[in-house]
Amino acid sequence: MKRARIVRIILVVLISFIIFGPLSSLVIWSVAEKWYWPHLLPQQVGLFYWGKVFQGRMMQALQVGVLIACVVTVLSLIMTVPLGYVLARFRVPFKAAVLLIFLLPQAFPQLPVFANATVYLYRANLGGKVPGVILIHMVGALVYAVWTMTAVFKSIPASLEEAAINLGASRIRTFWNISLPLAMPGIIASALLIFLYSLDEFTGTLLVGSPFVLTLPVFMYNASQGYELPVASITALLLMVPGIILLLVLERYLKAEYLSSFGRI
Amino acid sequence: MEVRVENLSKNYGAVQALRDVNLSFVDGGLTAILGPSGCGKTTLLRCIAGFLEPTSGAIYFGDENVVGLPPQARGTAMVFQNYALWPHMSIFDNVAYGLRLQKLPKDEIRKRVIDALNMVEMMVAPDILERKPTALSGGQQQRVALARALVVRPKVLLLDEPLSNLDAKVRQRLRVELRRLQRQVGITTIYVTHDQEEALSMADQVVVMDCGEVRQVGTPEQIYRNPTTAFVAEFLGVTNVLAGTLTPDGKAVVAAGTRIPLPADVPASSDHYTVVFKADAAYILQDQPTPQDAVAFTGELVEVFFVGSTYRHYVKAGKEMLLVDSPSRVAGPSVNVVVPRAELKVYPGAPLGHDVEPTCSVG
Repeated sequence: MKRARIVRIILVVLISFIIFGPLSSLVIWSVAEKWYWPHLLPQQVGLFYWGKVFQGRMMQALQVGVLIACVVTVLSLIMTVPLGYVLARFRVPFKAAVLLIFLLPQAFPQLPVFANATVYLYRANLGGKVPGVILIHMVGALVYAVWTMTAVFKSIPASLEEAAINLGASRIRTFWNISLPLAMPGIIASALLIFLYSLDEFTGTLLVGSPFVLTLPVFMYNASQGYELPVASITALLLMVPGIILLLVLERYLKAEYLSSFGRI
Repeated sequence: MEVRVENLSKNYGAVQALRDVNLSFVDGGLTAILGPSGCGKTTLLRCIAGFLEPTSGAIYFGDENVVGLPPQARGTAMVFQNYALWPHMSIFDNVAYGLRLQKLPKDEIRKRVIDALNMVEMMVAPDILERKPTALSGGQQQRVALARALVVRPKVLLLDEPLSNLDAKVRQRLRVELRRLQRQVGITTIYVTHDQEEALSMADQVVVMDCGEVRQVGTPEQIYRNPTTAFVAEFLGVTNVLAGTLTPDGKAVVAAGTRIPLPADVPASSDHYTVVFKADAAYILQDQPTPQDAVAFTGELVEVFFVGSTYRHYVKAGKEMLLVDSPSRVAGPSVNVVVPRAELKVYPGAPLGHDVEPTCSVG
């Protein structure tokens, strides 16, 4: 008994180290006011940079980033929930081609695709503006969204919808009453993916938005370019917060409402 | 409601899933559509429900041709093989769904839902209405699905292999209850199944289908005692199916080394014949002479199994293995399997199970 417990503790410590070890350097850097080689730990520790960050442009960058991520998520869902349903349920001509088109931008290296897109966005007077950044985020977000939505609706047995139609429900009503609620866990998961993707997106934001639209990843990049490692570390830590919160919320929500029935139908 | 199907055909590209089907379903009774998978029975049911549009033909509910009407407007209620209850809704909401669509007053909906659940004997616990379907067993889920279908008082009740996903014991019980319920409500019911026992035991009328065509229609007794084709006989699980060939004089068929005079109503038009008889219609004699109106196959007793109600004897006659059920164990090795003429059926064409081309290639 005792030995098993010791082994378990060692394992937990080991796993924690693997997960949190790399992060710990971020935490240390974020409070390091003075840290020169060859010292193992910072010579001077304090919250100077935290204060600086919260006063400065970083909070603004966080706000802009969250706003963009929200808009990207909502737009992607509005576009892909109906599309995914149609692709999953009906015989659509060129179905494979439609799905492939969404995949295409991801098939090539991101940099040339985004660099080319930037040229066009500037021509359309969208460069350096929030709508331009939203558009460039959509390129990546729609890929996740379309593919997951189609899979989610395909996983719902058609007989569940037929049962409603058979009892007199119209197609649209069936969609609202049956298909959409059943697809909700998948839609929420997909929304989360899109939101986090947009929040973390760097290449497109830098190319299209900089220097006028600043999101956290770009801010972090700028900070580390200026060798402000404490600022970059704080930014990195803050970037993780929305993801962790959303995952916790999602887990609670999914467990309570759907996970018990989903996959057992 | 009388339901009739006239000259119904359904093609999927080059594949003919239904070929010129003409049927009339017993008004207020239960008609079983029986056939192997891919025979078109589900296609027929889905055409009646309105989920599929037939390529040609008509479907009458009473005097009204419902072809072209959307499924919502047909007034049928369907029960699915996988129950198709909505997992995100409570039992009450599931059953009430059809009534809410009809915008009935709340009190009436509640009353009718409870009545329907009572009818299928699902008001088993005080909190049953609030439970989610996934908290129920398969048999209970199918009862709720049945309540959901019956509560809207449909013109026609359509059952698509409703018991196939259940285990044997539950299936047996639900068969009895389903039949009792169907009699009680008196709704014209169409029951699709591939289980011949289910069809024979539950139906007022049995329709045997194969390759998108109706092979035979009749009461369960007619179908079982007088199958008109070798396919029907074989599909109903007749235990002995022998391959026969016509004798040169065209007056008899030879099967398992025995000459069987061709019955008067069977034409001598084919080289190959199918000879069938049931295991319990035959009996074993050892040295006694064969009776006048019977045929005897000479063979060797290979094995005897005690199967509870009877002893099943395996007799090898020529290349064929004959099965004979008898109440007592017979000793071998050399025996005569005697089948009364009336119990022996001869059909033109080779048996399906003897390396012949299938009669169709429908999925």
